[in-house]
Amino acid sequence: MAPVGALLRAVRRYNTSMWTFIHKLGSPPWFFGFSGSLVRWLLPITVTLLLVGAIWGLLVAPPDFRQGNSYRIIYIHVPAAVVALAGYYVMAFAGAVSLIWRIRMADVTMRAAAPVGAILTAIALVTGAIWGKPTWGTWWVWDARITSMLILLFLYLGVVALFEAYENKTAAARACAVLSLVGTVNIPIIYKSVDWWYSLHQPASIKFTGESAIDASMLYPLLLMIVAFYCLFVLALLLNMRAELVWTHRESGWLKQLVGDT
Amino acid sequence: MPSDRPLLSLRAVFLRQFLRHGRSIMTSPADVANPLLFFFMVITLFPLGLGPDPARLATLSPGILWVVALLASLMVSAKLFASDFEDGSLEQLALAPYPLAVTALAEVSAHWLATGFLLTLVSPLFGVMLGLPDEGLLTLLVSLLLGTICLTLIGALGSALTINIRRGGLLLSLLIIPLNVPVLIFGTTAVREAVLGGNPESWLALLGALALGSLVIAPLAIGAALRVSLDS
Amino acid sequence: MYFESLASVWYMDGHGFYVWLAYALTALPLVFMVWLPIKRMQQHWRWLQAEQRRAAAATANQASVMGSDV
Repeated sequence: MAPVGALLRAVRRYNTSMWTFIHKLGSPPWFFGFSGSLVRWLLPITVTLLLVGAIWGLLVAPPDFRQGNSYRIIYIHVPAAVVALAGYYVMAFAGAVSLIWRIRMADVTMRAAAPVGAILTAIALVTGAIWGKPTWGTWWVWDARITSMLILLFLYLGVVALFEAYENKTAAARACAVLSLVGTVNIPIIYKSVDWWYSLHQPASIKFTGESAIDASMLYPLLLMIVAFYCLFVLALLLNMRAELVWTHRESGWLKQLVGDT
Repeated sequence: MPSDRPLLSLRAVFLRQFLRHGRSIMTSPADVANPLLFFFMVITLFPLGLGPDPARLATLSPGILWVVALLASLMVSAKLFASDFEDGSLEQLALAPYPLAVTALAEVSAHWLATGFLLTLVSPLFGVMLGLPDEGLLTLLVSLLLGTICLTLIGALGSALTINIRRGGLLLSLLIIPLNVPVLIFGTTAVREAVLGGNPESWLALLGALALGSLVIAPLAIGAALRVSLDS
Repeated sequence: MYFESLASVWYMDGHGFYVWLAYALTALPLVFMVWLPIKRMQQHWRWLQAEQRRAAAATANQASVMGSDV
């Protein structure tokens, strides 16, 4: 029975430490210190990952046998799209936390995630359009994925605009939380419906990003870039949150002390 | 302050609120006629813009009818809670010992009856004008009946989020157009499928599922949104 | 390394314009996305420092005035 007891104790210890960590995250002074050291690590890591991934994808990976070199846009297009979608869920989760437990840090997270997600969505759209020109011969095609990204951009812009429209920022955060939660319920439905809509109107042969197996020499840089974009999202999120915190807590003692120490 | 009157059942509250809002809609028939007139006029614009070729109009008509119905619902949903908000009765509702989701749903139902439902009833007329084949008319009716429920509920959510914002009209369309995309897709596809001789039932079933889902989720979100708007 | 020369990297068999345009239009907003909040934070930080210095100067001033009175 001894190992079981040890395991249970370890789980309990892990559990308490996890919950203490989560509780600490809700406290601005602790978060400020924690995020400061995190950012110091994350910034060089992100830059390195992005540079390595970009050079690998642009220069080292072989060209696609059908699309030639234009496929190299995939190394920014797909990561931007993946992280933009994940960013919406981050935002909505923060919104749920803010609605249920009224934690101010969750408001700050949601507020910071919206513009970052909107920019990533815009990047996915623009690179998709540029990719479309050599592939389909036009800048814009009402392809299922591109159309879904466009709607995601509208969802993001709605949250940003709603936040800006409210003068009372606490109310703004709660309104945006309601909106982003409804959006989260809707996103899978939107994606599925756009998918069906597209497959009904287009013959399947035009679909060029099919489920064909991608070669490892092309896949590894793609995975690397996806990781890099995730890091970038977290980095931009933390930096935005820190800038916001410094301003909203300018009257607080802990921040005054930090400023005085520098 | 304890009240000597007993609490009403939720059904009675719903009915009361529904009738109250319905009566207030009846006092201004212009508000009921406006979206129908809008529907009529925009439908007229399409043949003028696209040319009178009956065959082309017939193929485009499912999409046209649905897009215009969506725009009409967008137009009316801006005003859904506005009068109640201005005269303070919304504040009373929020203070009342009943869930705001239920009272809001009652208002939205009355609103739907006066706008979405009426629009659905007259839609076959406009379908005929645009040359929609006869096979599509019944599907158009059913799809709009289910679809306007979703459109009205989503519009009500947008309205609840923006009533306290000056010049919220443009913001409202930004908030609710992306959420309306699945409704539009399912609705037009059902009608087109019927016109092409296929079976639209699966698309209508999807619309029905959307309508039921939004009937469950939207009132809760509308209630929360109304409270946020009242607090700000 | 797939390409042989710098010119072929630039040209990319005719797709160079699109690829480089896409990467440039991605790099630009990404750099701004990181640089802008850092800049904003620095501005806030400097403002707070200046505020503290002002407050310290004000109290020192007051103290010296009180000192001359006594």
